[in-house]
Amino acid sequence: MGAPLDVLKHEMVPDHQIMSEEEVADLLAAYHISLEQLPKIYHDDPAVKVTGGDVGNVVRITRDSRTAGRAEAYRLIVKRPKK
Amino acid sequence: MNSDMEQRIDSLDLPYRTREDLKASLAEKDITDEQFDQILAMVFSEYQKTRIEPCEAVGVVAAQSIGEPGTQMTMRTFHYAGVAEINVTLGLPRLIEIMDARREPSTPTMAIHLLDDWAFNRDRAREVSWQIEAAPLHEFGDITIDMENMQVLVLLNKAVCDRRKIGVDVIIEAASRKIREKRHFRDFEVEGDVKKASITFTPKNQESYQNLFQLAEHVRNVIVQGIDDIERVVVRKEGGEYILYTEGSNLKDVFEVEGVDISRTRSNNISEIADVLGIEAGRNAIIQEALSTLNEQGIGVDVRHIMLVADMMCMDGEVKQIGRHGIAGEKESVLSRAAFEVTVNHLLDAAIANEVDELNGVTENVIVGQPIQLGTGDVKLIAKPINLKT
Repeated sequence: MGAPLDVLKHEMVPDHQIMSEEEVADLLAAYHISLEQLPKIYHDDPAVKVTGGDVGNVVRITRDSRTAGRAEAYRLIVKRPKK
Repeated sequence: MNSDMEQRIDSLDLPYRTREDLKASLAEKDITDEQFDQILAMVFSEYQKTRIEPCEAVGVVAAQSIGEPGTQMTMRTFHYAGVAEINVTLGLPRLIEIMDARREPSTPTMAIHLLDDWAFNRDRAREVSWQIEAAPLHEFGDITIDMENMQVLVLLNKAVCDRRKIGVDVIIEAASRKIREKRHFRDFEVEGDVKKASITFTPKNQESYQNLFQLAEHVRNVIVQGIDDIERVVVRKEGGEYILYTEGSNLKDVFEVEGVDISRTRSNNISEIADVLGIEAGRNAIIQEALSTLNEQGIGVDVRHIMLVADMMCMDGEVKQIGRHGIAGEKESVLSRAAFEVTVNHLLDAAIANEVDELNGVTENVIVGQPIQLGTGDVKLIAKPINLKT
């Protein structure tokens, strides 16, 4: 109560980290893709709010994978489209 | 195995679990460098064999792998999950619900875990459940309609209030506020007496009996304790600790209740999880709900297929359904969309908007009779004519 909910503590929420620009460049080069081809995450996503990060940043998500044990995924922060 | 070998394993391009398993199985063994090299080469080549090949149609394989067992599922199953007698939709209807990304499942439920101080004591667990279960005013005392004076009288039962750990003053305040806010009924006045534990409601309109009865109905059913959306709470002991199962779901409000373990409490409402905990939690929820629905029916589907579906659904930052309002409806290609549902509308709209189809996908190419871009069809050979004469 009082303090805002820290969603990262929930067991269903994997670890979110903001990536530096060099890391993003390496990532895009490794997969031969452009920034827009990454999966997206909204800027007002509860997990992004806790981690910080602005539109255009890339978050590294370290998931507890059922197959690989631990897996990294990446999402580009975008603005939530207006409905 | 020495630390040098451990480092070499860590630097390999293998999944985390494979590396850990390899380290664990080699930990106590005495092996030479040569043997180690051979083992690494074997593991690596085995791993390469298990990887999916480029241009493989994984989506179709996933669709079949979920679809075929789906035909064997019971069409209509309404189940009483265990002893708690909480009604949960299972089987095919539930699977459809997950894939359709409904805003609200037909039977929302939560499993609320408690913090250590509450989890092992039945009475304390019960106390938390009272903070959560929606309790209308008539459970706390007698409600009578005084027709002569045009009033609704509530006489609270102090024993019930004490047992449920709620003060009379709190009830008086909550009752009048909630009737105004949640039930949108404002034409009345309230007088509460904490000492006598009574509340008197007087309608502004003193002429109409209908109005009086309407007010009485609101007074009887107004939720004065608990969370509005949660209709029932069942306390169950599982593995030594007490867990609350609910009918109805409201993650946000439940997280505010004292004693609730925020990190383990979960709901079966996927879009609520995505809203409150973020898209990644939503993805996890889809995988888990779909897998448990299938497994509950005794159907084994590889997680990889469900993970692929969940990834597609959560690709754009929000949970999208698989269907005409989601993944299938947002495809780039006109022909591909037209092939799915409401063919004429799509073609007409595309014609008006002067859309161009690049023919990159599978469906489009099948329609126009070209090789599809999958498997060998995706590979193009280009020969450079150099030095042909010599």
